[in-house]
Amino acid sequence: MKKLKVFGMAYIVLAYMFFYIPIVVLMVFSFNSSKSLTKFTGFSFRWYQGLIQDSEIMKAVGVSLSIACIATIVATILGTITAIGLTKNRRFIRELILSINDFPVINPDIVTAIALMLLFSSMNIEKGYFTMLLSHIVFCTPYVITSVYPKVRELDANLVNAALDLGATPFYALRKVIIPLIKPGIFAGILLSFSMSFDDFVISYFVTGNGVKNISIIVYNMTKRTNPTINALSTIVISVIVVLLVIVNVFSAVKKKKEIV
Amino acid sequence: MKKLIQLKNLTKNFDDQQVLKGIDLNIYENEFLTLLGPSGCGKTTTLRIIAGFEEPNEGEVIFDEIDIAKVPPYKREINTVFQKYALFPHLNVFDNIAFGLNIKKMDKSVIKEKVRRMLALVGLSDYEYRDVTLLSGGQQQRVAIARALVNEPKVLLLDEPLGALDAKMRKEMQAELQKIQKEVGITFIYVTHDQEEALTMSDTVVVMNQGEIQQIGTPVDIYNEPENRFVAEFIGESNIIEAVMLKDLLVKFDDVEFECVDKGFKKKEEVEVVLRPEDINIVKPEKGKLKGKVKSIVFKGVHYEIIVETKYREYMIHTTDFYEVGLKVGLVFDPEDIHVMYKMGN
Amino acid sequence: MKHLKNIIRPYIVWSIIMIVVPLLLVFLYAFTVGGNSLVNIKFSFDNFKRFSDIVYLEVFIKSFRIGLLTTAICFVLGYPLAYIISRFKESTQSILILFVTIPMWINMLLRTYAWISIISQNGILNSFLNKLGFDSINIMYTDTAVLIGLVCNFLPLMVIPIHTSLTKMDKTLIEAAHDLGANEVQTFFNITFKLSMPGVINGVFIVFITSISAFIIPKLLGGGQYMLIGNIIETQFLHVMDWNFGSAISLILIVIIIAINRVLKKFDLEG
Repeated sequence: MKKLKVFGMAYIVLAYMFFYIPIVVLMVFSFNSSKSLTKFTGFSFRWYQGLIQDSEIMKAVGVSLSIACIATIVATILGTITAIGLTKNRRFIRELILSINDFPVINPDIVTAIALMLLFSSMNIEKGYFTMLLSHIVFCTPYVITSVYPKVRELDANLVNAALDLGATPFYALRKVIIPLIKPGIFAGILLSFSMSFDDFVISYFVTGNGVKNISIIVYNMTKRTNPTINALSTIVISVIVVLLVIVNVFSAVKKKKEIV
Repeated sequence: MKKLIQLKNLTKNFDDQQVLKGIDLNIYENEFLTLLGPSGCGKTTTLRIIAGFEEPNEGEVIFDEIDIAKVPPYKREINTVFQKYALFPHLNVFDNIAFGLNIKKMDKSVIKEKVRRMLALVGLSDYEYRDVTLLSGGQQQRVAIARALVNEPKVLLLDEPLGALDAKMRKEMQAELQKIQKEVGITFIYVTHDQEEALTMSDTVVVMNQGEIQQIGTPVDIYNEPENRFVAEFIGESNIIEAVMLKDLLVKFDDVEFECVDKGFKKKEEVEVVLRPEDINIVKPEKGKLKGKVKSIVFKGVHYEIIVETKYREYMIHTTDFYEVGLKVGLVFDPEDIHVMYKMGN
Repeated sequence: MKHLKNIIRPYIVWSIIMIVVPLLLVFLYAFTVGGNSLVNIKFSFDNFKRFSDIVYLEVFIKSFRIGLLTTAICFVLGYPLAYIISRFKESTQSILILFVTIPMWINMLLRTYAWISIISQNGILNSFLNKLGFDSINIMYTDTAVLIGLVCNFLPLMVIPIHTSLTKMDKTLIEAAHDLGANEVQTFFNITFKLSMPGVINGVFIVFITSISAFIIPKLLGGGQYMLIGNIIETQFLHVMDWNFGSAISLILIVIIIAINRVLKKFDLEG
């Protein structure tokens, strides 16, 4: 048994190394003093300085952040409202909407990407920031619906009735009873939407135009002329994501503990 | 007493199924009225129509002389205690009870006082800031009652409120609910499928089956004078026997003529007779109007349940005396213990 | 709350315009010829006839081979990982799972890009090997490189559903199996593995469809000449500008994915 345990630990360590070595390499070379991505010649912050001065990258950061924020807000509102409404509809309509909703989730990104590209071109919409934003809302909303809908279904239907019975208008019941109870689902949806949008490359790559680029597109273009500036950018992005994730997880763990006590 | 609610010819369909087939019912001020029936009989639907969660397909719901059938629930002076309490899990005891008062934008100090008074009424004075999800079933029940009553409704609806409690707790809460009803002095409309609960607590029992009212009456009436086989079978155990009404005060079954107290039937009308097991006495064979043999005897805690087999049928008898299996016995009962009913379907 | 019934209307309209119509356009383009402008379109099967060209068939076969290999490797590596994680106490499990998910939150391009500096000709791996006195290995721009990239990216997609089904499992069933005389190995194969099948099927499905349609990892690690289904779709849409043919390929990809989904769902129900 003990041998098995040692084997298990060793396996986990190896697996996590496989996941994290690329990430660590990426971050280490962001501090390289030379342009090389394979030989570490010394420690420096020059690529971080280069990053701040690079207006193209800074613009892309702005595009990624603003699109992720707006898409997340719109998708969260649209998805939550829809998830709540779905439970009140007939089974047929519910299943229909949910299976349409599944398309962007199950279809490969590239299919969603070219389908949207065809839509924009056939409607003569000029590709750029707006089309990128619309597309992000398209693929984020299904994730919100799939995280919120089960929470709405778990709700005891009588909770809403109880609120109405006590004098609450439907809107008041929505605000004070339904929304607070499905909050965990909404948070999960927000988190998923934001990261999906922020990390997206494939769909953005196909539906953008007019020189509008997000971080992923910049990274893609730069892989042709490798340069630790990307590593610096990645290091910042990764650090922010990891810090956020740890905060979210610690926060929910603490909350759970409080609930138990 | 003044009529508070009148249901007039209520019908309700779900998809193709008619769950209410014309309900007419008067509910009076300060009455403890119970809708009793098996699951699917329409009792909960009737309650939900009164609460406003369902709209009837036809009919009127007259409340204080106004038809409220189409008024949304939040505009009715009626509150509900739900089957599984439906307490808001994200709010503590105080905020659950204050929910309705907060909507009315009452003064904070007034709310506090009203909530405290309610908590005292239901015996939960020290529980103000407890998490409702951590309360026991009985405590949650009390919070649900307090949350409804604090709004001072004219009618309190209770949908199988004791269904989730264990037997001992149920008994306690039954007494408690009766006490609360007397104290606040409003109409309670109570839904249950438990006949014992209905008979113990109510002023009026409404027995329902398949979307129709079978009988309305006091618990004593319902028990002693069931109007048909369904009511007789649903309310307590009984022997139900097909019989012929020879004339007023004389009924015949098992080839024996019996005096009874019922009249107003047609001559030779086919009827059904109810004999409650505790109303039949076991005597020596030669003294019995019916004769038979003890087929089985089971001890039920307080009494024995004895099955006596006669030439025509088996009779169930409750008695505190022991009789051996196989013993030949006679059965007797008084004229007033024979309840003649119209035959179902006529 | 009948009032809430209608609040799904905005999304119905939205999803018809933004999800259904685009897919119908893919259909339309796939079954027509006459250029990208949709002005003079003619119904035709010509786009599908082009698959008789051995070049495209080979791309499909290669994509399937890479997809199957990736899925198989992810399963072989991922199942033990999920199983080992599921044996820890609950609080440790959630930390371990968090660390499996973190890489997924980090841009796929960035992680793939990092692999380039590790496995390229003059990369970190080779300089490390040289220091130890070994010869360099050339895996950059080969199937191996592509597989490393795909597995590293998609392994969490296999581990998480399997872990979920392992932890959801009724633990008394394992005790019951032991009680009835099954040893550890028998219990694992007869009970644990069978009960984790829904997670396995889920993981296999997600990994397979994402890997057969991947195009950016093959392009970066396999080189510009490395062609999988995703790469031809990209080429047709962005470089050759033959949207009709590109749509036909995408449509085939959609049909394949729906078919696999169906088969696996059936398998899941029967299993």
